[in-house]
Amino acid sequence: MSELTLTVMRLGFLAVLWLFVIVAVQVIRSDLFGTRVTQRGSRREAARPQQAARQAAPPQQRGQQGGGRQRRNAPTKLVVSEGTLTGTTVALQGQTITLGRAHDSTIVLDDDYASSRHARIYPDRDGQWIVEDLGSTNGTYLDRTRLTTPTPIPLGAPIRIGKTVIELRK
Amino acid sequence: MSSTTNSPTHHTSTIGAIGAPSRRNTELALLVFAVVIPVFAYANVGLAINDEVPAGLAGYGLGLGLLAAIGHLVVRKFAPYADPLLLPIATLLNGLGLVVIWRLDQSQRLQQLAENLYGVFSPSAPNQLMYSAVGLALFVVVLVFLKDHRILQRYTYISMVAALVLLLLPLVPGLGADVFGAKIWISVAGFSIQPGEFAKIIIGIFFSGYLMVKRDALALASRRFMGLYLPRGRDLGPIITIWAVSLLILIFENDLGTSLLFFGMFVVMLYVATERTSWIVIGLLMSAAGAVGVASFASHVQARVDAWLDPWSCYKTSGACEQIGQSIMSFGSGGVMGTGLGQGNSDLIGFAANSDFIFSTFGEELGLAGVMAMLLLYGLIIERGVRTALAARDPFGKLFAVGLSGAFALQIFVVAGGVMGLIPLTGMTMPFLAAGGSSVIANWALIGILLRISDTARRPAPAPVSNPDAEMTQVVRP
Repeated sequence: MSELTLTVMRLGFLAVLWLFVIVAVQVIRSDLFGTRVTQRGSRREAARPQQAARQAAPPQQRGQQGGGRQRRNAPTKLVVSEGTLTGTTVALQGQTITLGRAHDSTIVLDDDYASSRHARIYPDRDGQWIVEDLGSTNGTYLDRTRLTTPTPIPLGAPIRIGKTVIELRK
Repeated sequence: MSSTTNSPTHHTSTIGAIGAPSRRNTELALLVFAVVIPVFAYANVGLAINDEVPAGLAGYGLGLGLLAAIGHLVVRKFAPYADPLLLPIATLLNGLGLVVIWRLDQSQRLQQLAENLYGVFSPSAPNQLMYSAVGLALFVVVLVFLKDHRILQRYTYISMVAALVLLLLPLVPGLGADVFGAKIWISVAGFSIQPGEFAKIIIGIFFSGYLMVKRDALALASRRFMGLYLPRGRDLGPIITIWAVSLLILIFENDLGTSLLFFGMFVVMLYVATERTSWIVIGLLMSAAGAVGVASFASHVQARVDAWLDPWSCYKTSGACEQIGQSIMSFGSGGVMGTGLGQGNSDLIGFAANSDFIFSTFGEELGLAGVMAMLLLYGLIIERGVRTALAARDPFGKLFAVGLSGAFALQIFVVAGGVMGLIPLTGMTMPFLAAGGSSVIANWALIGILLRISDTARRPAPAPVSNPDAEMTQVVRP
C-alpha cells in the first residue's frame, strides 16, 4: 500500500474521530432541559400559547370564558399599587388568589404586617370577585373599612394588607 | 411541554419545565457513525499490515452493527427518554477496542511470544467480540428487567455483603487464581473472571443507599476548625471501615487499582452526599497514608512504585518492570499525529499489550490527537453520567449515578495515568477498550444502569391533576 494512501487514511481517521466528538458535543448543546424563565411583558411570546390554549380548551371551559366575557365591567387583572411588590400584576382567570407571607401564596407578601395566610380573592358563581380575610392579625381593609365577612370588590377599590395595597382593574 | 401553555399570564414571569424530548433518532444517527468509524479503522489496519482489505470486514462490521442495532431497539422500547450519547460512545469505544485487539493479534512478535509462553497462540479478537455480545446481553437484561432503579435501594445491605464476598472470592483457595502476582481473578469452568469489576457496580448500590440515609448525620454534626467542617469521631466509622477494607485488598490481593477505586468512589460519593470539603481532605490524607504505609513493606507495591519513579533504570536492568518504559516510549514515538493504525511497534510491549497497555497502542498509532479524542469520549460518558445525576429526582438515583460515573472516571484516570507514567501502574483495564471479558461485561451493565436512571430522570413528569373544585363547578353549571 502506498505511503500516500496510508497517510491520507491516518489523517482521515483522526478527522473522523474528532468529527464524532464534535457531533456528540453538538448533541449535548441541543439537549438542554430543565427550567425556563419567561420574562415579564413579553407579550408576543405569551400571546401564542394563549391562543393555543384557547383552541385546545375543552368546550365547557370555553363556554365559561365566553360567559365571563359577556359580563360588562368585569376586572381582568389584579394590580399591586403600593408596597414592595408595586407594579406586579396577576391576570384574573377564575382562579383563587391567595395573599400572605407563606411561600405557596399566589402573591407572596414581603411585609412584616401581613400574616402568613392573610386573605384570599376568588370569584363566586356569578363571576363577581370576592375578598375574604383569613383571620389575619392586622386585618384586611377594603377602602377604609376592616373586613369581617367575604365582600365583593368594586372595580378600582383599594384593598390594604399591611403596607401593601392591591386593586382590581379592567 | 411547559406550563406557559396553560397559564397565559403574560404580565409576570413564569417558570416552566422544559421537558427533555426523546432523542432516539439522534442516538440512531450517532450509532451509525459509531459503527462506521471502527469499520474504517479495521480496513485501515488491514491495508497497513497485509496490503489488503481484511476478509472479515463485512462480518466484523455486521457483527458490531447488529450489536448496536439490538442495543438501540431495546433502548427505544424500554428506555425511550434515556440519554442519547451513552450508547453510541460506548459502542464506538468497544468497536475501536476490538480493532486494536485484532491488530495486535496480527503481530508476529506477539504470536511468537505466546507460542513460547503457552505453546499455542490464540487470537483475542473473536473472544472479545463474544464478550462484547455477552456484555450487550447483560445491558439488555438490565434495561428490560430493571424497571426502576429505586428497586435496587431495597438491597442496600445485601449488596454490601455481595460486594464484599465478590472482592474476597479471589482469596478462596482453589477458586482464586494467582496471575502474575495479583490475586484478582477467579477461575470458574475454564473462564477466568475478575469479580472486582462487578463488585464496583454492586458496592455503588450499598454506598448510595447507605449515604442517602446517613447524609444528614455526616453533614450537619460537625465542628468548624481552620475553615473546614470536621466530622465527629463516631461519624468517621464508615470511612475508616472502607479504608481498612481497601487496604486489606491491597495487601492480600496485591491489587492497587481496585483498592484505590473503592476508596475513591466512597470519598466521591461522601462528598456529593454531604457537600463537605473536609471529607475529600480526610480521604486524600488517608489514602496517602495507606499507600505509603503499604508500599513500605509490601514488595509487590514497592516494585511498582520504583518502576514509576525511575522507569529507565528499571528498563536497563530488565526486570519484570520494563513495560512502563516501553509504554512511555510508544507514546513518545506516536508524536502528535501518530504513526497510523497498524504501523506502530507497540507490540514490543509484549505481555499484556492488548489488555493493561492497550492505551499505549492508541498513543503510538493515533498520536496525541487520537488520545485526546479518546479521553474526550470517556469524558463525555462521565459528563452524561453526572448530568443524569443532576437531573435525577430521587436522592438514591442521584448518588448512584454519581458513584458509577465517579468509579468510571477513577478507573480511566488510574489506567491512563499508569500507562503514561503519571502514577504508579495498577493493573486495571481501560473500560471497553482492553481485552478482558469481565471488564467489558461489567461496563456494559454500568451503561445500562446509567441509561435506566437517565430515562427515569428525563421522562416528562405526569401532568398535574387539575383542580377538582373547578371541574365540579363546571359540571354543576347548566
